[in-house]
Amino acid sequence: MHEDLPTRPVRFIFRGQTTAVATPDPTRSVLQWLREDARACGTKEGCAEGDCGACTVIVAELADTLPEGHSAVVRDGVALRPVNSCIRFLPTLHGKALLTVEDLAQPDGTLHPAQQALVNCHGSQCGFCTPGFVMSLAVSHERQQVQGRCASRTELADDLAGNLCRCTGYRPILDAAEQMHTLPGPGLPLTGLREQLLALRASMLAGATATTSAPVHRYHAPTQLAELAQLRQALPDARLLAGGTDIGLWVTKQFRDLGTVIWLGDVAELRRITHTPDRRLHIGAAVTLEDAWQVLVRHWPTLSEMARRFAGPPVRHAGTLVGNLANGSPIGDSAPVLMALGATLHLQCGSTERSLPLESFYLGYMKNALQPGEFVSGVSVALPAHAQQQGWVHRAWKISKRFDCDISALSAGLGLKLDGETIVDARLAFGGMDAVVRRAAGAEAALRGQPWHEATMRAASQALLTDFTPLSDLRATAAYRQRAAAGLLHRLWLETRLHDPLPASATRAAPVL
Amino acid sequence: MFSSATASTTPSAPTVGASLPHESALLHVAGRAHYTDDIPEPVGTLHAALGLSPVAHGRLTGIDLDLLRAQPGVVAVFTAADIPGPNDCGPIIHDDPILADGVLRYLGQPVFVVVAREREQARRAAALAKSAIQFEALKPVLCLRDAHKAGDWVLPPMHLARSQQPGDAALGVAQAMATAPHRLQGSFSVGGQEQFYLEGQISFALPQDDGGLHIHCSTQHPSEMQALVAHALKLANHQVQVSCRRMGGGFGGKESQSALFACAAALAARRLGVPVKLRLDRDDDFLITGRRHGFEFDWAVGFDDAGHLLALEVSLLGDAGHSADLSAPVLTRAICHVDNAYWLPEVSMHGYLPRTNRQSNTAFRGFGGPQGALITEIVIDHVARALQLDTLAVRRANWYGTQSHNTTPYGQVVTDNVIEPLTYELASSSDYARRRSAIAQFNATSPVLKKGLALTPVKFGISFNVNHFNQAGALVHVYLDGSVLVNHGGTEMGQGLNTKVAQVVAHELGLPMARVRCSATDTSKVANTSATAASTGADLNGKAAQNAARQIKDRLAAHLAAQWQVPAQDLRFEGGQVVAPDGRQIGFEALVSQAYVARVQLWSDGFYATPGLHWDRQTLTGRPFYYFAYGAACAEVLLDTLTGEWQLARADLLHDVGRSLNPAIDIGQIEGGFVQGMGWLTTEELVWHPTSGKLLSHAPSTYKIPTANDVPAALHTRLFNNANVEDSIHRSKAVGEPPLLLGFAVLLALRDAVAACGPAGAQPPLSAPATPEALLRAVDAVRAP
Repeated sequence: MHEDLPTRPVRFIFRGQTTAVATPDPTRSVLQWLREDARACGTKEGCAEGDCGACTVIVAELADTLPEGHSAVVRDGVALRPVNSCIRFLPTLHGKALLTVEDLAQPDGTLHPAQQALVNCHGSQCGFCTPGFVMSLAVSHERQQVQGRCASRTELADDLAGNLCRCTGYRPILDAAEQMHTLPGPGLPLTGLREQLLALRASMLAGATATTSAPVHRYHAPTQLAELAQLRQALPDARLLAGGTDIGLWVTKQFRDLGTVIWLGDVAELRRITHTPDRRLHIGAAVTLEDAWQVLVRHWPTLSEMARRFAGPPVRHAGTLVGNLANGSPIGDSAPVLMALGATLHLQCGSTERSLPLESFYLGYMKNALQPGEFVSGVSVALPAHAQQQGWVHRAWKISKRFDCDISALSAGLGLKLDGETIVDARLAFGGMDAVVRRAAGAEAALRGQPWHEATMRAASQALLTDFTPLSDLRATAAYRQRAAAGLLHRLWLETRLHDPLPASATRAAPVL
Repeated sequence: MFSSATASTTPSAPTVGASLPHESALLHVAGRAHYTDDIPEPVGTLHAALGLSPVAHGRLTGIDLDLLRAQPGVVAVFTAADIPGPNDCGPIIHDDPILADGVLRYLGQPVFVVVAREREQARRAAALAKSAIQFEALKPVLCLRDAHKAGDWVLPPMHLARSQQPGDAALGVAQAMATAPHRLQGSFSVGGQEQFYLEGQISFALPQDDGGLHIHCSTQHPSEMQALVAHALKLANHQVQVSCRRMGGGFGGKESQSALFACAAALAARRLGVPVKLRLDRDDDFLITGRRHGFEFDWAVGFDDAGHLLALEVSLLGDAGHSADLSAPVLTRAICHVDNAYWLPEVSMHGYLPRTNRQSNTAFRGFGGPQGALITEIVIDHVARALQLDTLAVRRANWYGTQSHNTTPYGQVVTDNVIEPLTYELASSSDYARRRSAIAQFNATSPVLKKGLALTPVKFGISFNVNHFNQAGALVHVYLDGSVLVNHGGTEMGQGLNTKVAQVVAHELGLPMARVRCSATDTSKVANTSATAASTGADLNGKAAQNAARQIKDRLAAHLAAQWQVPAQDLRFEGGQVVAPDGRQIGFEALVSQAYVARVQLWSDGFYATPGLHWDRQTLTGRPFYYFAYGAACAEVLLDTLTGEWQLARADLLHDVGRSLNPAIDIGQIEGGFVQGMGWLTTEELVWHPTSGKLLSHAPSTYKIPTANDVPAALHTRLFNNANVEDSIHRSKAVGEPPLLLGFAVLLALRDAVAACGPAGAQPPLSAPATPEALLRAVDAVRAP
């Protein structure tokens, strides 16, 4: 049935006009299209894996389609997100707008404040990373304009965590990030963009879903959950694509043929963040990492360091939380955190829904509990006000060679339910310690029912040695992973013990916000 | 027409010494700066990719060309057999095959070139290398010390000893060691470093109508690319033109190692008669090219109660990889920097370049100098801890003198030593002494976090160690509208060379910067150039361009002097005017028009050769350096002793660039070098698979250069007020490489923080890079009973 769907061009706003690209390869990247087809060479390829930020562009869409509590910057009814164009597939731009570095200066040549500040502060040397920095700064500039306040230097550094510069040492770029706020200039050229996007949406609604069919590949972009469920059942081998921040690399680095692709990003129901009447937070499968983490941190402020260190903004604005969970990587940083929070995954197959605890989802290395035709529709977690969360304290940390934007050697989501000094329950989940993210049963058992004393912490640390048999790889040796996991338990104790708990500033070396 | 009216003195904005923006800054921020990949492709351009060896060591027995040719879009496949000339792109020693022939020397070595209609098609076909390459596996050598034990070196060992005792120097050092009041010995290793230029390697070769080739290449060394391409293709040098407008970073990685890609693209373009572009994927770039040499050191030191280094013996093992490349000059520079800023009366050094089945290591900012200097900083740190003295006090006890104790181990007298006043100034401005005691107090009461502090010096020799490289040429054209085009042999890789050279020319001709433009580096304009390397870009090319501009200026002045009947030397070129002492003046453009009509040559070549250098490669003695650049850094770190993670809390940098040509650009180099040096010694860990020899850290996902959050808000950078004692360009000093050594302060501060976890006198067993894992291991070691 789906093969009968007509082939339609991908349509998006580019350089102020609606652009239609007929039947592209569904895995053609936005960067390839820009540089090779549109010959718009301002955007650079540095790594083709979303790690250097030289290819950063802005994807803009109608703000009224965003989830409640989202963290995108919105101006004039348009939401702006910095993303890596190297791992973003072109068809996912359907119905959106694409802004690149060439769009920023005004027709008379007047530079955007981010550009002018970079010139003023000597923020470019070789200049190759500069267009990417300009785009990240332009989003930062809009956010500051909207918020009406200057970001701190560390917030600005966080905004730039996904952009690498090898020449400057960053100081002049951060100076520019501070200075741009003081410079005149209209910011991004958004005049009329909302109207254009509305018109584009209207024309799309007239033409149903965006389905492009190439001779070999298939690309489906359902907009309704029911439609997705139906597609998924009909095409159980199709590749589900959410943010593409991992799958993109399968194409750019591994040349994998993705076969039929189903893009989740436009499914309205999956884009939602909801607070259910029974005091649960539900995050749909198309909610970006940025939006999801910001909401999680709002409810659990102690997760903030993990949220901060989770990738960089261009990845967080593209990738999804559920994608990170469903991907099932043993080094995905969200799984241990959500396990510690006692999260539930929501699965759907056709019209049948089921739920299971997150920890039951992972069956082995890159193996999960999904049945043919089934997909993860969302994740939910009991809110702090929920009875389930009473008495719990949580921490989430990762350890990596570099503070920002690095894959963890190990990560931990740690939860303790305390009654006075007694540990009533514990959820200690670790990533990077085994073929799957999982809980440390022995260490948890060593804690339950015990007083939260140093000796208890030591016993749990000892139990960690038998809970996990980690591997040695390029990120860390097995010995270090064990040693540092124990270190995180020790830190948990120092921060949450009843007597003389230490503030985070005394237990961690992190850039001060 | 010209005006001889009374001069209204126009205040001329200074050009030399002004913090002018990078000449391409506006293009950079607007995305309009063209890099090689941005040059519009002629219709019919094909794309190449390289098929890489899947093993670290093997005998190549065949290549399944049919498989490759059958892939979609593939037009041709080339192997070593298709190279008309010698299959070599080695810069000095001819041991670097363009494409593997007979033996597979490392995992990632290019074996074939596949050319296809689209880049993706070429990449996909090249990715079949694993299936297409037939080989018999051989046992690889993956450990530097194993190769050293086997005596397998890419080049003969180097030995240099200097003693104050008459007779055999090595014997004298051994005696001084034996009689020293205290002795320590140890081993230390420092990892390599990937250049991680943001723009990867790329060459774009376009056949010309007469059988020649025009190659756009992201390279620091267009002349060498020209020569190597001509050599491999059996062409004359004049048939090959190499151009480079700008690179997206080089850092040494595009000095010799752009050659393989230039040769491969040229081969394909020549054979097919159409333009061929070869742009590497980032992973392939990591797997094919070499980087900074990792080093292993064994050291022994004899010292007295005050920490004076009475005798030092060091063995340096540099990881050459599979071929020589630039390893010999890298090792030479390492040996010439073991002294760093210190008088070493009795010193004996042994340098080796073991051969391993890995990428051939090459130039990277500092070129061995950082590795050589680092070992002595580590030794001094050991001495200070053993004596329980402040590390800065022990450093001070060993500074080079100004009148005596100022001859380097290689025989050059240090005549420009400012290390004492420079470090004194930094110690004061960074509040070193007060913070030292504040940190001791903090560490005494902080259970988890420990602070560390270090102030380390830099002395770095400026010039190529190979004498004849210290020359440069330039071409300056003055057009009839008075605008000026400058071409020189240096390449622009972000360091601001074109800006500085334009400033020099603008200053010389008294013109505003807007009237002077530097064009792309091109072998058809200035011939036989040296690499833009060894920090010498502005020194050499600035002087050559100045020389060219002066010749034009002299001709213009002579012309005007004859007309105005004033001595030519009394005419001043400033503010776009030429002014006589009596106040008469003429606009530069008007004078140029007039001179043209009078048939005065309005363009000139320029040349410069650094004076006074000599070097004996056999004895490793002479005067290899024109002068030294100095600097110092003070770093404070905060270490988490539960995980080994850490943060740089504050850094103060004070650096000597002589009389700065452009303070903003110089500060950019200083800070960029410092952060790059810090990355080398901390987060940037290279990991090879222990048995296959595959480089596992082969992309930014696995190889971690610093990000914005790694640089503290408290980064204070200042220029040291110090004119060059030598007649360098406007008495400035080279700035490219020396600041990389400022990053030492971070590693030594981390060592200080780790030491704070142990008893007094603890010696943390900390090598580099100091990753969280290495740091935690060192913390555990000093805490062990």
